[in-house]
Amino acid sequence: MSFIFVTTVFLLSCFIGCLVVSGVTPALHAPLMSVSNAISGIVIIGALETAASAQSFNTEEILSLIAVFLASLNIFGGFAVSARMLKLFKRRDEK
Amino acid sequence: MIISERLYFIYLAVAFLFIFAIKALARPNTARKGNYLAMFGMGVAVLITLLILPTRNDFGILTAVTLAAALGIFLANLIQITALPQMIALLNGVGGLSSLLVGLAQMLKENTYSFDVSAGIVIGGIAFSGSLVAFLKLQNIYRIKRLPFFNLLNILLWAALIATWLKFYETQSINTALILGAMAVLFGLTLTLPVGGADMPIVISVLNAFSGFAASFIGFCLSNIALIITGALVGAGGTILAVFMTRAMNRNLAAVFFKSLETQKTDQTFSGQTAKTGSVEDAAYFMQNANKVIIVPGYGMAAAGAQHALKQLAEILENKYHVAVKFAIHPVAGRMPGHMNVLLADAKVDYAKVFGLNEINPDFETADVAYVIGANDITNPLAKTDISSPLYGMEILEVSKAKTVFFVKRSLGSGYSGAQNPLFFKNNTLMLYGDAKKITEEIIAEL
Repeated sequence: MSFIFVTTVFLLSCFIGCLVVSGVTPALHAPLMSVSNAISGIVIIGALETAASAQSFNTEEILSLIAVFLASLNIFGGFAVSARMLKLFKRRDEK
Repeated sequence: MIISERLYFIYLAVAFLFIFAIKALARPNTARKGNYLAMFGMGVAVLITLLILPTRNDFGILTAVTLAAALGIFLANLIQITALPQMIALLNGVGGLSSLLVGLAQMLKENTYSFDVSAGIVIGGIAFSGSLVAFLKLQNIYRIKRLPFFNLLNILLWAALIATWLKFYETQSINTALILGAMAVLFGLTLTLPVGGADMPIVISVLNAFSGFAASFIGFCLSNIALIITGALVGAGGTILAVFMTRAMNRNLAAVFFKSLETQKTDQTFSGQTAKTGSVEDAAYFMQNANKVIIVPGYGMAAAGAQHALKQLAEILENKYHVAVKFAIHPVAGRMPGHMNVLLADAKVDYAKVFGLNEINPDFETADVAYVIGANDITNPLAKTDISSPLYGMEILEVSKAKTVFFVKRSLGSGYSGAQNPLFFKNNTLMLYGDAKKITEEIIAEL
């Protein structure tokens, strides 16, 4: 992918990020933080790539596996925290 | 690595799922769907990646993911609801560190020393240590007053960081990359160490943005569209949240990190005046005879865990005395964005009764009682009148317009900003000294 292409994608994504996040009601800002926290764990894909293509059980593989662990913690923890918070908001919906 | 077209489109679809997930998070009735959508997207991304990659170390990957899943889900459900801000900070730091490590691994593997991968390392490092400090502060493990030399230290570190970065380009070696990462971690520490508690919601948003941008830059060097888009979404989203909150406080981002509120002094002194102390009996009497009561929670409510007592108080007032009860929430009340809302939701307060700044302000005029519990600066009228006040320009909840104001505070001290609150000395203000939860429970006992 050319540098110009990825930069364009990056900038447009920033713009979309601003738009969708501005639309979130302030009452839900805490779950929003937690979900966006979890999805930034997408870096796990990068960690999986570097882990898979490592030659032998070397430094880069160890680094990658630690990164897989940390990103997973970010993902599972983030989604679990937001699920827990959103459950609180749902209870009031049902009343 | 050559990524096939098909895989590219799957990654693109995942990024779109995340966009729709955040869109769904905008309203309470679709928010849970948003969370599931994001989970689904993440699941697809990880499974597809595992399927197409040469499977060399399945065992290691599976172990890492399983351990992390167990630990993450366990921690998220074990912690107290009041400890959520620090949990979010901790997870954010973990994500930042992950980006840093992927950056290093990529350098070792491909021998690429480009700008994007080093940016991923630097931003990830700052997000990591900054979040760790935020965690320690929110957990009350670590406290520090802003010291004057911190700004100088920050500037020096900035210079050193940039110098190392240039050196990194010159030498193209993994050793300079390691030094660069270490310096970023150090910089994250000194950047967040001096930030005060009331600025925490802003700092958490900024660090959240950092971990997003770090992932995005890693995506640049891996040519991975899912990473680029998702990272940019999180980065820009966190930035815009931080900007909203700094606006609500009439501060700017640079001031949060580099300018102390504590060192500014107001000329206002209130030595000749005395604040009137009320009793819980007074509070109970005024509230049960009121038509409208507005409750204004702040960090003190969170610290004392008073939300359930507040809900009980509101219920008794409504059902027994037919008082209309509303809750007023300032955008920067508490220690993370939306902090008060989550706590009130935890106590099952109907969110139709919870209002934001602009919705509730016209209501104070017709309110008989404003019950301010653990909040201070967000009600300070000096923000409107006194140009020399550090709060000047900040939007406030206009509690002083209510007929009677009850302030639940532990002492008469000034707020985080260092500004004394003239409301304490007004004729229609009564102070209730003590723990937010205890005082509320005592009022309930009187009703």
